[in-house]
Amino acid sequence: MRLSFHMFAVIAAAGIEFDGEVETDTESEEDEVKDKKTNKQHLRETGRASRLQSKKKEKDKEEKEDKEEDESKEENNGSQQNRASRRTNYQRKNRDGKKAREEGSRQKDRGKTAPNKDQKESENKEKKTTKRGKEGENKQKKGRKNSTSSASSNSSDEESLSEEELAMLKEQVEQKKKLISTMRNKPWRMIKKLSVLREAQDFVEKFEGALGKGKGKKLYAYKMMMAKKWVKFKRDFENFKTQCIPWEMKIKEVESHFGSSVASYFIFLRWMYGVNLVLFGLIFGLVIIPEILMGMPYGSLPRKTVPRAEQATAMDFSVLWDFEGYIKYSALFYGYYNNQRTIGWLKYRLPMAYFMVGISVFGYSLMVVIRSMARNANESTADGDDDNFIFSWKMFTSWDYLIGNPETADNKFASITTSFKESIVDEQESNKDENIHLRRFLRVLANVLIICCLCGSGYLIYFVVKRSQTFSKMQNVGWYERNEVEIVMSLLGMFCPPLFETIAALENYHPRIGLKWQLGRIFALFLGNLYTFLLALMDDVNEKLAEEDVVKNITHWTLLGHHNSSAGNDSTVTPPPLDPADVPRGPCWETTVGIEFVRLTVSDILVTYITILVGDFIRACFVRFVNYCWCWDLEAGFPSYAEFDISGNVLGLVFNQGMIWMGSFYAPGLVGINVLRLLTSMYFQCWAVMSSNVPHARVFKASKSNNFYMGLLLLILFLSLLPVAYTIMSLPPSFDCGPFSGKKKMYDVIQETIELDFPLFVAKIFSYMANPGLIIPAILLMVLTIYYLNAVSKAYQRANAELKKKMQMQREEEKNKRNNKSSTNPMMQDLEDLLTPSTKTESPSKQAEDKKIDSPNVTSPSRKPGRGEVLAGGPMAGGRGAAFTPPSPVFVTQPRTLGVWAPYPGQPRPWGHPLRPVPGRGRGQPCYPRAAR
Amino acid sequence: MGGSASLIPRDLLSEYQELTFLSKQEILLAYKRFSELLPKEERENACSARVPKSQILTLPELRANPFQHQICHVFSTSETGDDSMSFEDFLDMLSVFSDSATSDIKSHYAFRIFDFDNDGILDRKDLEQLVNCLTGQGEESQLSSAEMEQLIQNVRPAGQGMGTSPGTGLSAHLPPQILEESDIDKDGTINLSEFQHVVSRSPDFASSFKIVL
Repeated sequence: MRLSFHMFAVIAAAGIEFDGEVETDTESEEDEVKDKKTNKQHLRETGRASRLQSKKKEKDKEEKEDKEEDESKEENNGSQQNRASRRTNYQRKNRDGKKAREEGSRQKDRGKTAPNKDQKESENKEKKTTKRGKEGENKQKKGRKNSTSSASSNSSDEESLSEEELAMLKEQVEQKKKLISTMRNKPWRMIKKLSVLREAQDFVEKFEGALGKGKGKKLYAYKMMMAKKWVKFKRDFENFKTQCIPWEMKIKEVESHFGSSVASYFIFLRWMYGVNLVLFGLIFGLVIIPEILMGMPYGSLPRKTVPRAEQATAMDFSVLWDFEGYIKYSALFYGYYNNQRTIGWLKYRLPMAYFMVGISVFGYSLMVVIRSMARNANESTADGDDDNFIFSWKMFTSWDYLIGNPETADNKFASITTSFKESIVDEQESNKDENIHLRRFLRVLANVLIICCLCGSGYLIYFVVKRSQTFSKMQNVGWYERNEVEIVMSLLGMFCPPLFETIAALENYHPRIGLKWQLGRIFALFLGNLYTFLLALMDDVNEKLAEEDVVKNITHWTLLGHHNSSAGNDSTVTPPPLDPADVPRGPCWETTVGIEFVRLTVSDILVTYITILVGDFIRACFVRFVNYCWCWDLEAGFPSYAEFDISGNVLGLVFNQGMIWMGSFYAPGLVGINVLRLLTSMYFQCWAVMSSNVPHARVFKASKSNNFYMGLLLLILFLSLLPVAYTIMSLPPSFDCGPFSGKKKMYDVIQETIELDFPLFVAKIFSYMANPGLIIPAILLMVLTIYYLNAVSKAYQRANAELKKKMQMQREEEKNKRNNKSSTNPMMQDLEDLLTPSTKTESPSKQAEDKKIDSPNVTSPSRKPGRGEVLAGGPMAGGRGAAFTPPSPVFVTQPRTLGVWAPYPGQPRPWGHPLRPVPGRGRGQPCYPRAAR
Repeated sequence: MGGSASLIPRDLLSEYQELTFLSKQEILLAYKRFSELLPKEERENACSARVPKSQILTLPELRANPFQHQICHVFSTSETGDDSMSFEDFLDMLSVFSDSATSDIKSHYAFRIFDFDNDGILDRKDLEQLVNCLTGQGEESQLSSAEMEQLIQNVRPAGQGMGTSPGTGLSAHLPPQILEESDIDKDGTINLSEFQHVVSRSPDFASSFKIVL
């Protein structure tokens, strides 16, 4: 082995023409000896016998000899040994300065032999080149003996490199570089790779230097240097980037214990965290921080002050916990912001910024979700639905090499075994559906039950929200009454999924289908709850809007009265302004909505954490420690340990995010809370999973469901965009709170900015653009584009499917050809039955054709000789092709009569395809055994 | 980290980066883990030392793997055949199993791992052994010989599909079995190119053929 490595290294060093071989060589080491031979041949054939080449050869020999001496490997062929021994003495004397001198002398040689070269080149014979090589060697020796100054003349010789040599050198250098960059793709041993790499690097270094010398080549050298630096920089940057990915080790740890499906949840969580960080940066950087730094301070305006009646309890924890008191009148909520057009010395347009950030939160989220979906889709184009290799895939790719935990491995073994057995007995399963009526009844029953559950939960939430509105009007309500909505929603979210699972047991679906149903149901539950909540909230908002009108008048009159009274008392002194805490104010529905969402989020966080703590951790502790003194085996029996519920967790995360999206417009601080939540739940859940969960009994892979999560997220994003857009577009903002107060609609802020801050023509352009006459055609255009793109993608899909079919047919054909067996494709056989008779008579009447189809035996005797020929002869037996008239015209002229071909539309001549080498074979042959039977 | 970094020469480290799919940190981590497998006195020159197979198999990443022996065997360069691994072998292994390795090289090594008798083809014996590996050591989880037979070759279960002649629609519903599926040239074995052809189509081969330290 060592020897072969060594030899290969030598060959690689010898390199010029060998490079191609070296690169394309993906065989293992055993082939290297062969390589050498082929290389030699190659050399002989391509022997351009240029100066350079001869020079190279000399170098090869010398290097070979060097190595042979160095490692005393004498096993090489005899001639080399001889030569080696001839030169040994000399080389041993002065090995040190040898290389430099060699080069110099060689180049000298080159100069001397240059005139002869062209003639010799034309002959292209090995002998001559070797001879010349020997001559060169002799001359070298002489040269070396004669002049030690040859090294000094090196540089001048260097410049005499002609253009083509340069080009060639460059080419080689490029090849070497390519080799270096693709080396890692080769299935070689490290030692071999190392040696090849070193040789290649030496070569590149040396000749890059050579190329760099002389005039006009500095640029090249510079470019090379920069390229090298760039590669290094890129590598360092990659290293840095991988170092920057957070929680990589944590996720890996989870992955090795629980397989890739559980890890996919954490990767999703990490991705969500990244998205939320960006949203957080947007909102904090552009809205909250400018407001805190440059806006009016707390207490300067009624909207920024706690009302007098609440001031006594505003700092109590119980009040703060409900996000009332000081928290309600802080920059975390919509109501705190002032409607001043510009704030601070920067003239920062806060209302405008607020509006734009609100929009860009959605814009950014949409963009990110869709982009990552598209990327996932691109990655998974590797024919996931190709059902050709189900068994092979099960066998070759079912093991998850990341599993490092024996328990998980046991589960994986079990699941693989089941999947094998399942697919083996699939056929029997499908046959034994004996009690189909009972099963159908049970499934219907289960669905009815679940729909009842869903409706009940929806009504419950609606009822509770309604009740909470009456509570909110009453004074002195307890903690439970105030938090009823959140508690009920969380409890529903906690108990409904297990209930669904229990009900789903009735249905007796295959687990994979069952999981999908389960996911769909939980999704419907969450969605229903969310929207009921929203509807109830809308009622609330409408009530508040009605209330607002009343308050508006009161406020107006209060302010007016205060002014009048102070004016009436003494007109000389300016009246002390009314304390902002005393001004009566409206209900500010925006802040109410924001508070509802924040509360919901917080209670959701708490419930999640408590569930994990109680349901997983305490249970695990109980099972673990009480097991020593219990009547039955707790670990294997009833409570056992909890499994990590991937689908539930993913859905929880997705809905949580939907809430954030909905609430972030009215509560800018919500994103900050969510960032904290994701951060803590990363650590907390990682810990919980590692400490108290057991791997799934059925370990399934995650790769396919990645886009599924994203799809859910996109759906939720869209659904949460709707109510926000509705409120922004159609509800009037409160008159005394928030950045848009005083305007009729929130989006008026854009119009205002355009009118006041932009030149006139921009306003005009905008007014034109807002014209329905322009918008409707634009929408039409977009719809048409979508339609067109859709049609194109459908066409591509069809083309794709067709190509796949073609490939399959080709493969079948190949198979048939190889194993001389009857066609495995039943469709083809059916077709043969139809085609064989019809080809005989080109255009008979239909009845005649049918008759012949019915009696294939008639045709078979005449073909018998043909079959014998095939069995005896090679696959390209000419007799067969001749005996069989090309059927393509038949097919073209009568495509409708052959129902079998319906699945291949738009494929004009499938039989006459040039890629099928023997058109008649696969189709014609198999019908004979049947006909003969 | 810094201590172990100094033990690999800088240029060697950059060469390793060039030759593997690993980043610098991963190589250093691999070095650390590798030297931990060595006895104390050999840690100084971990680059040249060899770790016996029994030590390699104590790695948690390989402990649960049913192909652990085969993996050691494939990546070892030991002349004596004891499947011991040098640091470079270890790096080779990690590179192949790393995230960024191409599926080409992954499938190449997967083939060699599945090729239990080292004859360059996957024949029935290999496949049987593979199934046994995948179904675990436990007696109850192993497939019966009839099931195995059916899985590997296209043998219809008795009583099933006998009444129907081949070539009619029903045979299309029977699951095609492994040799039937992937043995393109019908020589009864699967060679490397057939294997790569099959595996490269798989949506999740590259994501599961992965070991991360």
